[in-house]
Amino acid sequence: MLENLFKFMVYPGFLFSGAIGLLAGWFDRKITARLQWRVGPRWYQNFMDIAKLFLKETLIPDGASRMVFFAMPLLAIAGSTLASTIIMVINQTPGVTFIGDLIVVVYLMLIPPLALMLGGFASGNPLASLGGSREMKLMLSYELPFLLALVVPIAKAGYSIQLGGIITYQALHGPIFFSISGVLSFVVMLLCIQAKLGFVPFDMPEAETEIVSGMYIEYSGPALAMLKLAKAILAFALPALLITLYFGGIIFTASGILMSVLEYILILLLMIVIKNTNPRVRIDQAVRFFWRIPTALAVLAVVLAYLGL
Amino acid sequence: MSHNAHVPIGPYHPLQEEPEFYKLVVDGEKVVDVDVRIGYNHRGIEKLSESKSYDQSIFLVERICGICSSSHPIACCQALEDIGGVEVPERALYIRSICQELERLHSHMLWLGLAGHFIGYNTVFMWAWKYREPICDIMETVTGNRQNYAMHKVGGVRRDIEREHVSYILKRLDEFIKNISILKGAVLDDPVLHERLKGIGILTKEDAIDYAAIGPVARASGVDIDVRRDHPYGVYDRIKWNVVTQEEGDVFAKTVVRILELFESVGIIRQCLDKMPEGPIDSNPKDIPPGEGIGQIEAPRGECFHYIKSDGTNSPVRHKVRAPTYMNFPTFRETVIGETISDATIILAAIDPCYCCTERMLIVDGSDKNIMGAEELIRLSQEKTRLIKDKYGER
Repeated sequence: MLENLFKFMVYPGFLFSGAIGLLAGWFDRKITARLQWRVGPRWYQNFMDIAKLFLKETLIPDGASRMVFFAMPLLAIAGSTLASTIIMVINQTPGVTFIGDLIVVVYLMLIPPLALMLGGFASGNPLASLGGSREMKLMLSYELPFLLALVVPIAKAGYSIQLGGIITYQALHGPIFFSISGVLSFVVMLLCIQAKLGFVPFDMPEAETEIVSGMYIEYSGPALAMLKLAKAILAFALPALLITLYFGGIIFTASGILMSVLEYILILLLMIVIKNTNPRVRIDQAVRFFWRIPTALAVLAVVLAYLGL
Repeated sequence: MSHNAHVPIGPYHPLQEEPEFYKLVVDGEKVVDVDVRIGYNHRGIEKLSESKSYDQSIFLVERICGICSSSHPIACCQALEDIGGVEVPERALYIRSICQELERLHSHMLWLGLAGHFIGYNTVFMWAWKYREPICDIMETVTGNRQNYAMHKVGGVRRDIEREHVSYILKRLDEFIKNISILKGAVLDDPVLHERLKGIGILTKEDAIDYAAIGPVARASGVDIDVRRDHPYGVYDRIKWNVVTQEEGDVFAKTVVRILELFESVGIIRQCLDKMPEGPIDSNPKDIPPGEGIGQIEAPRGECFHYIKSDGTNSPVRHKVRAPTYMNFPTFRETVIGETISDATIILAAIDPCYCCTERMLIVDGSDKNIMGAEELIRLSQEKTRLIKDKYGER
């Protein structure tokens, strides 16, 4: 019990993945800044932001549903922390996997956006509910290709819906990424993760220049800090899931960890480059995009995986 | 009765950080109506100008807008020169035109960056503003200031362009033109930007004429107007340049017009530097006789108009300013309605609104609210304080 609590709260759960996620956030800010001829912040900037928010007052808007408004940040952070804990624990000891843990992880990762959406609706702000409705549409659009792409590693690993099974398969047969279907589904996954993390061009639920941060608009102080942390943990968990599914997971030796860090940085870099070379698209364009190109690619990848390519 | 919600943009714009208020009536994501309120920041410049001497009022109008701080003074000077029939030396006219075009360059770059920011393309935002730096540097060389130039006076200009500065200016312009050629390619050939900007916020040619749109907004709708050509002032009739027009009238066309105008402006500056004659830069007029005069100028956003009435004393009896944005505001009704909220912000920004130019006018609509005097306002404020104290207790 105590050991599990430690895993959830400290390593590889809340503190560890939160710290990595915040560092990834700094990496994003730094690279973006360098691309834009700016200097960018110091490495601890995101930590200071979170620390500062915890010291600030939380305002509750008139007419907001208090219970939901405050429960949602907690729910968001719990969901993303649990997802990253499961991914990391199974990476450490592939034996502790259980049937359907991949599905559990995927659903746990859905909790933060859902919670954010409900929290936004609960705040009673029209811009927040607008952001919420956009988030809903965006979720509907990216979940389809995301789940389809997920079928590829599952099929490759002999129809195993266990993360442990996929890791063991890759340990024996080499990373799934090194196959046509693997590359295709990786690309689809990357685009979906871009949307899941709310990066440009798919940041319309927050769109600070259109709807002034949307669902976050009424959040302040510790509640906002928790939402930011939930997002930061997702920024760690989602690429970690990708590494697990496509690059054979994290192998806990010096070289294995170095490899994983490099892969993580590569995934982040790809996302940051996409982010900085595109404008924000409209929500209808995003839906159309996800239901056409990535979905088609994912279907193709599934067929190829079925054929064993 | 449909479920229409109100989405406010303002009264303090989250992006442009200026006071104005758009009330979008939306049905889902779609905008069904728009209400534009201006006048949150009455600055009383016209009245203030009546209490200043003519020399001071030029400094005053320079502060109407930080971006058009060359257009307003030139228009004001032209109005005064119109009253007095003052001859402006040739060299001063060339220098004025150079200032004008430099201002257009930096203003359009500013807009391009902001437009990128509005659609979440922050790289364009930063790059455009970085590329704008040479222009500010040239401005500093020519006028001594990066903004609020304090360059123009009745009858001429205050500073001459030294001969050794010309090569520096040309060098920085080359640098600028090289950079914006890259930026032009990146912006005009980007398929995602096409997807995002084409076909939204269309202002048809008829509407542009009916609403009396001016400047790049009108030119993007195929209305071929430009004060520089239609009512030539300065040296524009002695120089080869083209009025850039586009037919589509959407946000993309407005972008194209502004980007192509950058190249025209650079051409004008080069020709001016080349053709500039030697001579005095100031005719030093002594006083302004009674009379009326107007000054028209093509500011970066369109025609800027100054009217001054003089009674022979040292300050104007009436000084009327019409900033270009004021004419372009009403086109929102045609362009925004029917579009989505995502597009609304960029459409509203596409006219390049300059709120501080426009915000000098307070429109008191007496029909639905009481007009309050100082006493009523004080009473209102005390009442409000009491209410807040009752609600939250003394702190």
